[in-house]
Amino acid sequence: MSEEDDEIILSELDDEELVQQMWDDLYDGLREEIEEGVNILLERGWEPYRILTEALVGGMTIVGKDFRDGILFVPEVLLAANAMKAGMAILKPLLAETGAQRVGKMVIGTVKGDIHDIGKNLVSMMMEGAGFEVVDLGINNPVENYLEALETEQPDILGMSALLTTTMPYMKVVIDTMVEKGIRDDYIVLVGGAPLNEEFGRAIGADAYCRDAAVAVETAKTLVARKHNQMAAG
Amino acid sequence: MSDPLSRLLDARDWLLADGATGTTLFNMGLMSGDAPELWNIDHPDRIRALYRGAVEAGSDLFLTNSFGANASRLKLHAAQDRVFELNRAAAELGREVADAAGRTVIVAGSVGPTGDIMEPVGSLSHADAVEMFHEQAEGLKAGGADVLWLETISAAEEYRAAAEAFALAEMPWCGTMSFDTAGRTMMGLTAPGMVDMVESLPNPPIAFGANCGTGAADLLRTILGFTEADPKRPVIAKGNAGIPKYVDGHIHYDGTPALMADYAVLARDAGARIIGGCCGTQPEHLKRMREALEARPKGARPTLEQIVAAVGEFSSASDGTGADEGGAERRPRRRRRG
Repeated sequence: MSEEDDEIILSELDDEELVQQMWDDLYDGLREEIEEGVNILLERGWEPYRILTEALVGGMTIVGKDFRDGILFVPEVLLAANAMKAGMAILKPLLAETGAQRVGKMVIGTVKGDIHDIGKNLVSMMMEGAGFEVVDLGINNPVENYLEALETEQPDILGMSALLTTTMPYMKVVIDTMVEKGIRDDYIVLVGGAPLNEEFGRAIGADAYCRDAAVAVETAKTLVARKHNQMAAG
Repeated sequence: MSDPLSRLLDARDWLLADGATGTTLFNMGLMSGDAPELWNIDHPDRIRALYRGAVEAGSDLFLTNSFGANASRLKLHAAQDRVFELNRAAAELGREVADAAGRTVIVAGSVGPTGDIMEPVGSLSHADAVEMFHEQAEGLKAGGADVLWLETISAAEEYRAAAEAFALAEMPWCGTMSFDTAGRTMMGLTAPGMVDMVESLPNPPIAFGANCGTGAADLLRTILGFTEADPKRPVIAKGNAGIPKYVDGHIHYDGTPALMADYAVLARDAGARIIGGCCGTQPEHLKRMREALEARPKGARPTLEQIVAAVGEFSSASDGTGADEGGAERRPRRRRRG
């Protein structure tokens, strides 16, 4: 097990060992090692989509689970997500060329006046890691920003987060405005933020409350699949 | 021991702090997303009423309406150049209400997080954080705050930066963190970890503790975690009045005044000396908390079972220290890099 003093040479590992090592490196947030691993797999002729799903998404799934279970916390997950992003940056142009399938599209933003967007950034990165296209509106969004983005981006999902007693009701303002405009049911609306809960999410008219970034990804996958099935059936 | 809060702590076994600011201001017409701190100038009467609500309910100490009055947060409202003005006004209104109370009431200048992540994980440098907190501290000091009150912090780095800023402002201070993620702060700090961090500061606070987080039960478990580590200074408990629900078009926290009275007594029995509420805690909650603290004798240190029986379930199974469970551990490395 322990080869503590041995330098691991990534290019000397076989494919399976390399992917396992990349999972470890993602877990430890080692950005340069992830970039190197992605490049080695590309040289070995792996399809970009396979690298994304097996090496990067596979590794981030483990990070997501340990985050959900209270083993990893925000600093570790941010480092892991940054490493994944570096790998994604290499794959993105190649994925576009090969026309790889997209799981779905999400517009996400933190509501007007809220305190920080750390959780929202995690969701954003984990969703990208899971193959979603994410349009991030950043912080401090009034209702107009959300509506404009829905119109121009035509996403499957709208994600909002709020962390303060003073900002939570604003998510309802956004959803109510969508209802008024008759567009509420065109989108899956997911909400999050540490103080919220499921009942709160339902009361303001969201499709689901997501406790953390890992749950957000699982919920998004389930609801998008259901929506596509309904559309296929209809 | 020249500051009023230390003197009051010397004279009394426990102090009652205040309750919610945001929830109360909503009830006065604050619109969601707007900056409550602007009301220090635009609606001073409402801020006086907020403070008076706590004082008349029996609070020995209340926090000023300045939680988000740092440059980083005010920038969201294009008011980043009004930091000094808004903080001074928050403290001046507090001074006015406290001095008219007819008894000693402490004006605690609230300082919330910047909202930015600090280096190395994030982009906010230590020097910039200190500068931001210092600017806010000077405003609160100029307005007559007795003590500065750091709250809802998640990162040890940010707590340290604020401590340094308060030393520059030459102000006594208290500081609480929010334990909202599986028994720890969002950035992963445990209750005993906070005790170690606080004791390692060159200018430690008068008192330290926990505020906000999730429900009252989780907060009490965190208090037990503090007092078990045998800290050298008083512990603060400021828990939410239950969890937020959306009822009839506004936010309602589901903790009743009776529940918060039980919470206050349990917090004292767990070893806290400054006890108050956070989100959802209204004057009627504070009144019942004061009555309970005065009427009920100090009891034995509560068990986790007694806490659950009195104020409800924990939101997470673990207290975050890993000492209370077998399973959850970091994934073992297959091998380490040289």
